[in-house]
Amino acid sequence: MPFQSNVPPGELSEKWKQYRSSMPLVAPNNKRRLEVIIVGTGLAGGAAAATFGELGYKVKVFTFHDSPRRAHSIAAQGGINAAKNYQNDGDSIYRLFYDTIKGGDYRSREANVHRLAEVSVNIIDQAVAQGVPFAREYGGLLSNRSFGGVQVSRTFYARGQTGQQLLLGAYQSLSRQISLGNVQLFNRHEMIDLVMEDGKARGIIARNLLTGETERHGAHAVVLGTGGYGNVFYLSTNAMNSNGSAAWRAVKQGAYMANPCFTQIHPTCIPVSGEYQSKLTLMSESLRNDGRVWVPKSQEDAAAIREGRKTGLDIAEQDRDYYLERRYPAFGNLVPRDVASRAAKTACDEGLGVSPTGLAVYLDFDAAIQRYGKSRAHSLNEYNADDLRIRELGVAVIEEKYGNLFEMYEKITGEDPYVMPMKIYPAVHYTMGGLWVDYNLQTNVPGLFAIGEANFSDHGANRLGASALMQGLADGYFVLPYTIGTYLSQEIRNPVVDPDGPAFRAAEAKSQERIDRLMNINGTKSAEAFHRELGKIMWEYCGMARNAEGLRKGRKMIRELRQEFWSNVYVPGRIKEYNPELEKALRVADFLELGELMMLDALDRNESCGGHFREEYQSEDGEALRRDDEYAYVSAWEWDDTEPVLHKEELIFENVELKTRSYK
Amino acid sequence: MENMKLKLRIWRQGGKFPQGKFVDYELDGVNDHMSFLEMLDVLNEKLINKKEDPIAFEHDCREGICGTCSLVINGYPHGPMQQTTACQLHMRHFRDGDTITIEPWRSRAFPIVKDLVVNRDSFDRIIQAGGFISVDTGQAQDGNAIPIEKDQASHAFDAATCIGCGACVAACPNASAMLFVGAKVSHLAQVPQGKVEADSRVQRMIAQHDAEGFGRCSNITACEAECPKGISVEHIARLNRQYIASTLGSEKVAN
Repeated sequence: MPFQSNVPPGELSEKWKQYRSSMPLVAPNNKRRLEVIIVGTGLAGGAAAATFGELGYKVKVFTFHDSPRRAHSIAAQGGINAAKNYQNDGDSIYRLFYDTIKGGDYRSREANVHRLAEVSVNIIDQAVAQGVPFAREYGGLLSNRSFGGVQVSRTFYARGQTGQQLLLGAYQSLSRQISLGNVQLFNRHEMIDLVMEDGKARGIIARNLLTGETERHGAHAVVLGTGGYGNVFYLSTNAMNSNGSAAWRAVKQGAYMANPCFTQIHPTCIPVSGEYQSKLTLMSESLRNDGRVWVPKSQEDAAAIREGRKTGLDIAEQDRDYYLERRYPAFGNLVPRDVASRAAKTACDEGLGVSPTGLAVYLDFDAAIQRYGKSRAHSLNEYNADDLRIRELGVAVIEEKYGNLFEMYEKITGEDPYVMPMKIYPAVHYTMGGLWVDYNLQTNVPGLFAIGEANFSDHGANRLGASALMQGLADGYFVLPYTIGTYLSQEIRNPVVDPDGPAFRAAEAKSQERIDRLMNINGTKSAEAFHRELGKIMWEYCGMARNAEGLRKGRKMIRELRQEFWSNVYVPGRIKEYNPELEKALRVADFLELGELMMLDALDRNESCGGHFREEYQSEDGEALRRDDEYAYVSAWEWDDTEPVLHKEELIFENVELKTRSYK
Repeated sequence: MENMKLKLRIWRQGGKFPQGKFVDYELDGVNDHMSFLEMLDVLNEKLINKKEDPIAFEHDCREGICGTCSLVINGYPHGPMQQTTACQLHMRHFRDGDTITIEPWRSRAFPIVKDLVVNRDSFDRIIQAGGFISVDTGQAQDGNAIPIEKDQASHAFDAATCIGCGACVAACPNASAMLFVGAKVSHLAQVPQGKVEADSRVQRMIAQHDAEGFGRCSNITACEAECPKGISVEHIARLNRQYIASTLGSEKVAN
């Protein structure tokens, strides 16, 4: 299998421009003949499907949801970055590039990240043209806010529903292409295998989720925009049905999985309340623009709060530790996610947690309410406003900015965050790892491409806030529609792929066998129960802090669990019908392999970087200790049932100097 | 309350119940911090452990934004709380000993798949009929080239916030989807980019709405009351104005 990054030559800032002008094109008459399968209809897949349709390719797009609009991109709250420099605060393409490389702890490819920063500006223009109602200032121009790990305001947003609005923009463009007949939509269809012919990806086996029938679909290229695998942890901020199966099926066919252990634990989520918990809810990072994170200074106060004898309001100002502001004065509450999450864990490990489980810290808006209240009173000429009035005005400002998030918090916890400080704790949110891709976003399997969260390409070991939407749309609208031409231009002589050929028949039979095997186990435990157990192992041994001993133990436990799964799972219902339990079981089966690979990758990486924190590798004050001399590589894993094989892509930094990341 | 006991009357259809009927279940050990769907998870886990057929219900994000969940709870789409999807409803709003009735959306245009799951493809086809702005990737001018007044952008957003769940249809005695259509028409008509196609859009979307078998709007406004995003019937009014104006003043009627 080829394994080259295929980064074009030239100056960093000129690479993409030059490459774009020199790459092979596919003529319109040939585009009409070339078929492309896209799996997933989120920001990456939806945008790609729409754009490919506009370009004239024959597109088939697949989603397991009932509608393309339900993809989990819809849940992104905070915003999307773009180097527009509308705020005149010194932003530039280079700065966005630099922030992303540094934020990723120097574990991503320079050329890919620079290209991302370049096309970021086009995304905003495109979304505005589609009618996306971004937040605006009184003059009618676009508004920005700030996100973690960054000292400029470059984040565009649509209240706390930016992902929803951007996805609906892509969905509407996709709907237009469906109505024009350029794109064929297969909703409620799940990819259950990748079909290979002559060493190339030539199609997929899909299961019609309404009837349970398997179907064979051929194409000249297959694109996976199927999102991340954070649900391997069972509890995460991902939607319940988000899964890693499409990508994992590709891995089983020879595609390499890159940096699987790089997981983002988001610092501000609503804490776990009990065993029955099915998922965790994110409170947008944008809240850290105005919220201050703290725990009590003394363990006695923390214990009193945990036992319900005191509340956060009873702790005097001088008895609070605003630990992010104390430890990281330059960035304060807006340090990157990995740093903020670890600091919360440290505080709770020291016995300072503030929820009954001991796993929560405060996110407090009181100072912001006071500040905004005074400012609003001033602008209303209310110079003698009393405390109550100031509070009222301040609350109104906070409500304008974050109203829907505060409402969501109150619905879930039953506590009013305008009065009581929010309780938050880190939770699994995003996976930086994913299918290995080259500069063209092609995996090492010819004809198989991966976009958005499904690939590993742009975020290194830690993703900055508001960059997931940027990357998904960049890949879908502005990168893959060009780069896929490098492959498809070689395919113009190949006829339409025959889905009745032997490779397709064999793949379909194999998929059916796998399903039969699952259904026939007829054991005693639900897929959900196995998933929950897997999640606990992952969180314990491959979560916010990892060590070699734990990772070895975790790997062994997963193997045992996998064995038990294949001998004792119970899947109710029948194959040829609408059967959500069977869907779940197939996904859990894949997670049980992927989880093992994550442990293995974390064990191989004897350093701490970004979201990957190995306890053995930390500085005296507990900060991550990166080891560039030995680990400045992308780990690309070739799956094998007994011992997966590691391939390394060295990362070469020609434009940035590798420094210890400091937000102090 | 740590240990509530509930009686559940749940609509089952498909498999053992071809005609569809209510089946009663008893569930104890319900915690008031649970979400409504977590309560159903607990019931399903019990059914699976007894090797019985679990109840099919659709859900995904469980954060109130994807629009997948679709339960009529005690007669109310998404349950008794205002501006709350079923997945965001928590058990603290129920009491020990309560009987809770759970049904699917009921509308001819939303055929039942199984139990509480319905098929909402008709909504996608309405959007495909015209719920977009015809702009290809790469054609856009600078995002700040067209200023949009803050309040107007905000009103457009109020309509765009629709999650496409279908509660408006489930709430309407006529099973009309006018709030869904009105929200999209109103969103796109209130931004300058969307004005170009406004006339043909409203005509095409309404034609598709009718073809799907949704009923007519008779201004009952139950849709607004039940909409989990609080979308106002003002948007239906805007749709009506647009529709009438486009019928009288333009040659671009549906074609």
